[in-house]
Amino acid sequence: MAVKKFVVGCFDDEAVLFPAVKKTRRAGYKIHDVFTPFPIHGLDKALGLKDTSLDTAGFFYAITGTATALGFISWVFTSDWPLNIGGKPHFSLPAWIPITFELTVLFSAIGMVLTFCYLCQMAPFVKKDHFNLRSTDDLFVMALECTDKTNEAETIAFLESLGAKDVKVDRKETRWWLGRYDRESKVFEVKEEATA
Amino acid sequence: MALLRYESQVRPPLIEGDKNYHQVTVDICRPVEARPTRLWWIGFLFSVALLCFGIVSVTMEVIYGVGQWNLNKTVGWGWDITNFVWWIGIGHAGTLISAILLLFRQGWRTGVNRAAEAMTIFAVICAGQFPIWHMGRVWMAFFVLPYPNTRGPVWPNFNSALLWDVFAISTYFTVSLLFWYSGLLPDLATLRDRAKLKWRKLFYGVAAFGWTGSTKHWQRFETLALVLAALSTPLVLSVHTIVSFDFATSVVPGWHTTIFPPYFVAGAIFSGFAMVQTLLVVTRKVLSLEEYITLEHIEVMNKIIILTGSIVGIAYLTELFIAWYGVNGYEWFAFRQNRVNLSSPYGWAYYIMMGCNVLSPQIFWFRKMRRNLMVTFFMSILVNIGMWFERFVIIVTSVHRDYLPSAWSIYYRPTIWEVGFYMGTFGLFFTCYFLFAKFFPVVALAEIKHILKRSGENYKKKMDEVEHEPVEEFVAEHGHDHGA
Repeated sequence: MAVKKFVVGCFDDEAVLFPAVKKTRRAGYKIHDVFTPFPIHGLDKALGLKDTSLDTAGFFYAITGTATALGFISWVFTSDWPLNIGGKPHFSLPAWIPITFELTVLFSAIGMVLTFCYLCQMAPFVKKDHFNLRSTDDLFVMALECTDKTNEAETIAFLESLGAKDVKVDRKETRWWLGRYDRESKVFEVKEEATA
Repeated sequence: MALLRYESQVRPPLIEGDKNYHQVTVDICRPVEARPTRLWWIGFLFSVALLCFGIVSVTMEVIYGVGQWNLNKTVGWGWDITNFVWWIGIGHAGTLISAILLLFRQGWRTGVNRAAEAMTIFAVICAGQFPIWHMGRVWMAFFVLPYPNTRGPVWPNFNSALLWDVFAISTYFTVSLLFWYSGLLPDLATLRDRAKLKWRKLFYGVAAFGWTGSTKHWQRFETLALVLAALSTPLVLSVHTIVSFDFATSVVPGWHTTIFPPYFVAGAIFSGFAMVQTLLVVTRKVLSLEEYITLEHIEVMNKIIILTGSIVGIAYLTELFIAWYGVNGYEWFAFRQNRVNLSSPYGWAYYIMMGCNVLSPQIFWFRKMRRNLMVTFFMSILVNIGMWFERFVIIVTSVHRDYLPSAWSIYYRPTIWEVGFYMGTFGLFFTCYFLFAKFFPVVALAEIKHILKRSGENYKKKMDEVEHEPVEEFVAEHGHDHGA
């Protein structure tokens, strides 16, 4: 397996991290990822990540649920096995609303969680590397991807000048999880006009 | 940047003490990483013993049939359905806290949501036992599901409120579980990364699903939480509405009431918060989490208890008034003879219900009482008792004397196996809760860190000084050029 090199810097305050992310991108470095112990609003924008469309997926799962429930119940009660319940109409929509609603929610919730796990490539027994174990505790860890042309010493000095602590070079095997990031890496590219 | 997280000084801090991110992790992980205490073992073993009693009781019922319970032709629903509705009601607080309060951006929910959601899930598991074992031939329980079969196929009746219940409760359970567990993932990852022992690394490694804390993952995580909250909000309200349809769509006097859905939902939130108080007043003390589950949290929940308790009180009086004002003689009989009349067989239950649910929470009009832990704990127990009697009053007093006097039942009282089944669900509930409190972080770690700089006591103090600076100095010190 190929080995990739990263320069990894740790920040202990999100107030330092934000300007650092902006300056790093402006300087033209390729940020592989930033690992944080809790969600930081606006960091995705600062990194140039696109919005997620998980919510749109959730909507489509929801209407699938609605259609499944309504379609199935009306097929059962009007065509497959019509029951005469007190002479009431076979197609009795109001009585089907509770189950329709529940299945809408159920399909949407299950679908979204599975999609979430698929997109983030998460499952039991999956092991991933996030460079620094304290990034789930109190550190904000920024990993810069190195190419053949990268001057490591210069990169380290740059990150330290931005307030990063404990900056070092880390080597990782390109496993399947790194592969996915590679494909996504386009979103980290700095556009020409944004480069100062 | 930190200034963007400013919160008014009027709001009291939600995290007390001088905390930083690491300290939060250490405090919340401590009970999980320490060896279980003697107190934990005593509580846990007692719960397991209760659970065993429950298993024996249910086994008796399965072997000999529902006849082991004192149900009869008239009182066909007794303790079992009372307990079912009671547990389902308790299971409403958690998802309400985590979903509705998320949408309303209530910061205080972060301290209590994890434990409350866990409680919700366990309560729904307990609730589900009752209708399942009440089926008698429980090995045919799968008949309620619409699966292709060789008998026609015969489908369940989708117009029946009881089938709506099956869908409502199984959906509620599944969605609550997904919501709870997806929220737990980052915290499990924290435990995984702190683990020293081999089994801990394995256990939390498997449980955390390989969570890394990548920015993209957090972005998806937040979207997921928000949409699940939006889905769960109507779901929470729908579940007890549908449970109330079990009664409201029937023709039994005392059940056939249009007020039931909102009345049941308010009652469910009321009893749910009472159970959250019961558990958290003890949990915060035993696990030394007083700085995260503060008196402020307790007080806010007591305010919800008095609000929902008063809604429930209005509902009781409304249905009583309508029974008197309406033209249905049977309905008025159900209230006048079966409930309000203290000398009727179950008159006493009506007054326990009124006393515990309507009168006693009024004590929370006083701030001193809302912030008193002993009072809170005692009141939470009282509310739970009152809410159990509410369901008992609705179910048993309505059916035991309905239309034909010849069909009236003699006094219904539970057998030991009915009581045992109920006790057994307590065992199940507390066994689950003890395991949860031992192996999972009771407070949502990542969410606490998220609000730390806004609502932490030490950060608020720093902000207080900033607030009193003259404007020019403030800008000179904290202002920044947005173009830079």
